[in-house]
Amino acid sequence: MELFINQVLAGISTGAIYACMALAIVMIFQAIDHLNFAQGEMAMFATFIAWQLMQWGVPYWWAFLLTLAISFAGGVIIERLLFKPLAKAPILTNVAGFIALFAIINSVAGLIWDFTIKQFPTPFGSSPFLGSQLISTHQAGMIGVTLALLIALFLFFRFTRIGLAMRAAAAMPESARLVGINTGWMVALGWGMASAIGAIAGILIAPVVFLEPNMMGGVLIYGFAAAVLGGLTSPLGSVIGGFLVGIFENLVGTYIPGVGNELKLPIALALIVIVLVVKPTGLMGHTVVKRV
Amino acid sequence: MLAGQKLRIVAMSTVVAAFAVTSGSALAQKKYDPGASDTEIKIGNIMPYSGPASAYGIIGKAQAAYFQMINEKGGINGRKVNFISYDDAYSPPKAVEHARKLVESDEVLLIFSPLGTPSNTAIQKYMNAKKVPQLFVATGAAKWNDPKHFPWTMGWQPNYQDEARIYAKYVLANKPGAKIAVLYQNDDFGKDYVKGFKEGLGDKAKSMIIVEESYELSEPTIDSHIVKLKASGADTLLNFTTPKFAAQTIKKMGELEWKPLHIITNVSVSVGAVMKPAGFEYGQGILSAAYLKDGADPQWNDDPDMKKWIAFIDKYMPGANKADSGLVFGYGSAQTLHKVLEMAGDNLTRANVMKQAASLKDFKTDVALPGILINTSATDFAPIQQVKMMRFKGEKWELFGDVISSDAKH
Amino acid sequence: MSTIQETAAEAHPANIDVPSKKNMGLGRTASWAMLIVLALLPLFVRNFVIFQMTMLLIYAIAVLALNILTGGSGQFSLGQSAFYAIGAYTAAILIEHGGVNYVLTLPAAGIICFAVGFLFGFPALRLSGIYLALATFALAVAMPQLLKLGVIEHWTGGVQGLVVTKPDAPFGLPMSQDMWLYYFTLVVSLAIYIASVNLLRSRSGRAMMAIRDNEIAAAAMGVDLSIYKTLAFGVSAGITGVAGALGAIAVQFVAPDSYTFQLAIALFLGMVVGGVGWLPGSLAGAAFIVFVPNIAEGISKGLSGAFFGVLLFVVIYLVPHGARQGAIYAETLFNKLKRS
Repeated sequence: MELFINQVLAGISTGAIYACMALAIVMIFQAIDHLNFAQGEMAMFATFIAWQLMQWGVPYWWAFLLTLAISFAGGVIIERLLFKPLAKAPILTNVAGFIALFAIINSVAGLIWDFTIKQFPTPFGSSPFLGSQLISTHQAGMIGVTLALLIALFLFFRFTRIGLAMRAAAAMPESARLVGINTGWMVALGWGMASAIGAIAGILIAPVVFLEPNMMGGVLIYGFAAAVLGGLTSPLGSVIGGFLVGIFENLVGTYIPGVGNELKLPIALALIVIVLVVKPTGLMGHTVVKRV
Repeated sequence: MLAGQKLRIVAMSTVVAAFAVTSGSALAQKKYDPGASDTEIKIGNIMPYSGPASAYGIIGKAQAAYFQMINEKGGINGRKVNFISYDDAYSPPKAVEHARKLVESDEVLLIFSPLGTPSNTAIQKYMNAKKVPQLFVATGAAKWNDPKHFPWTMGWQPNYQDEARIYAKYVLANKPGAKIAVLYQNDDFGKDYVKGFKEGLGDKAKSMIIVEESYELSEPTIDSHIVKLKASGADTLLNFTTPKFAAQTIKKMGELEWKPLHIITNVSVSVGAVMKPAGFEYGQGILSAAYLKDGADPQWNDDPDMKKWIAFIDKYMPGANKADSGLVFGYGSAQTLHKVLEMAGDNLTRANVMKQAASLKDFKTDVALPGILINTSATDFAPIQQVKMMRFKGEKWELFGDVISSDAKH
Repeated sequence: MSTIQETAAEAHPANIDVPSKKNMGLGRTASWAMLIVLALLPLFVRNFVIFQMTMLLIYAIAVLALNILTGGSGQFSLGQSAFYAIGAYTAAILIEHGGVNYVLTLPAAGIICFAVGFLFGFPALRLSGIYLALATFALAVAMPQLLKLGVIEHWTGGVQGLVVTKPDAPFGLPMSQDMWLYYFTLVVSLAIYIASVNLLRSRSGRAMMAIRDNEIAAAAMGVDLSIYKTLAFGVSAGITGVAGALGAIAVQFVAPDSYTFQLAIALFLGMVVGGVGWLPGSLAGAAFIVFVPNIAEGISKGLSGAFFGVLLFVVIYLVPHGARQGAIYAETLFNKLKRS
């Protein structure tokens, strides 16, 4: 029983990483209606910017805020410069564009900051949280920030004009345009916000996994899984999805004899596929009614 | 191509004949295979500059810079080195493509330090069929020391299995009743260590190892594995992980206040790129073995040999991170090749290059630890077989004990 | 060679956008010209280039297989590397452990992959778009780990992989191993290409394309969705498996590291660059994934990834619909010239 509780707790603390990333993925999905494969790399780059600022002597919170601003602007610029010209191209071509962006960011980060791992500071400290060694104060802080972000996003989409406009632009671009919403800029705004949320995710994840250009590769796979499991349209679902994936994975690794440990990711992914087969839009996604 | 070769031979014999008339037989022994000439030696190389293993690309850059330095100093026996390096993105099919391009299209004399066990396995048969040296491969698998079956392939670094046997001996001698936990990366690297370690423990492996845990390279963090290992009640941890995961382990163990006898591999001993990010306070007392000096370790600042390396980095790779162990590795292996080509003199045939590579006697690179010498012979294709044990204390590694040789065959 | 008319050209599906221009095949003249180039070129180049061309054809087969799935039936897969790996390992194990002739390993690989793909098609039935992409991506991520499993290590060679023997030219033909393998691959590719074009032109092919263009309408017209969708998965996987088997023989080595999801992504890029739904484009797409990384690293070692990305952007800006668009430009230009 103790092992079980330990593994669940450890799962929650790694799940927080996935949840963070999943939020950024849901954000971009809300804005552009598909997934951005370069999301993780953008987050990694933002984290490096924060690290660089701190190396230059900028205090943590200032570096944090500056990085958010830079990431937001960066996201908007990438959309305007690189993806607006592809707006009329097929979706698969856009996906190829994301892959290109992935390659570019990863390579440039490697050239600027090389591939050795770097320590990234945390404002929360890393002592045991509430007496449990399994969750450190940093991980608790991370869960806290993720939940705060979740509430903020919920309020933004539900109650602000711009949030509503964004949802409308993504869901029904033609109708949104008819009521006077500038859908093009809504997409750019979505990119900016997703990029900023990704930056937060990167800054929170880096103290645990260490900062290096390939740090988000694995996180992105799990983040996708979490976001899809939760239903891509629901921020709450994606966060729950993140924790579930973390716990799933640990329990599979611990309790399935023989191959469990070697195959914990494949088995966790298979479980997600099963969930999707039963509930094709994820745990909390709403069904989209197809028009003929 | 054949015609070209013939022409070259004709041209060469004319030159030789002309010299023979004027200067006796002094130059009659100049012999060349493709890739070598009076003015140039072409060396091929394959590295993962992009893709999942791009962290190792720095090795290729260091080697390229080394030969640039040699060229500026006048080359090797008056010949400039033309270092042609390709990116295989750690994909074996791509490595095969590049090896063939280097041999058949660029016509290099040899392929030097291709990186990674899968890529080298993929090209080994081809290189041996073509009789082109696959020299000083950058992987620690045990299989490169097989001159009988693969006379054109040679390793460089101490192999993983031998290193693991040394750790097994240490545990048996110093903690015979240990309850051992093994953590390893689920690939050729991790599995080689596990194999060597178990062989080193012999009959006792079954009773001493109480838990084995593997992780995948794609896992973002391996914290949950550490939790599990701690729960097993083990008092000794053999940590066969690559740098990033070694740092994660050390940090997580510190946070969990788990303090077993902890041994990490020499791949992950970098002070700047593992111990410092993990936190020096958590790293105290960790054991490992090493054969190269650490570029970021201040204890070598006054070492005359290491000063050469520092000067090299400052001049030819300005701005590079000295904590990156790839820079030391690349310099050391390039210097070994430099030595071999120097020994080959004017007889730059592929066969002679292999012969010279297999006749290194007590060669010492600038970056090897004191007492670590390179020795090879016609039956021994494992250049570096010695390591020194060390313990982390304060902010650096302290060497202890004698140089341990792993050449006792099993 | 063959030209077929696309059936339902009007309504585009939500996530797969296929330009509604006419051809799935290539014009007669162009086909013959291409074939002659492919048949004669090896006689004039070095062995190494022949090897590269063999890899080009092999990847072209794999891209074509994905094209049948995505361009043909509108299902999206990021998991093709998994089928490629199964095909490769089937061939390697049969040759090295079973002593089977390499020619026979191709149908074996094809059949096994067809079965796996067909079975995978069932859960995939319930999923579409991004959810299907994730499911297939999961397969691609899981495959290297499955290949490393301890229980099958005796056959797969585990993390070390298997070295495969390269076949000599049969009947004492005076040609190098590379050249023989190239012509062998060329014949296999041609057979697969012709069969695929005919498949898409057949009743089943039209049913698949009807599903791609409008699933609900197709169902209303009486097309059995589940049969055709799973069938498309099976056929695509089977062809990919044949490509994998050829790849194993050409490279002479299989290992888990050869078949990571990077391969699946490369095949996907090949399809996009070649033009979704345009089978001849597979060759152009394969050329992109074989040669562009080499060009990129030729520009800069440290930034090879970045230049690859930039070149990819350049291509998709110039021809967002892939090589097919380029072919259409060329054709219009050619016709104009002919008229004037």
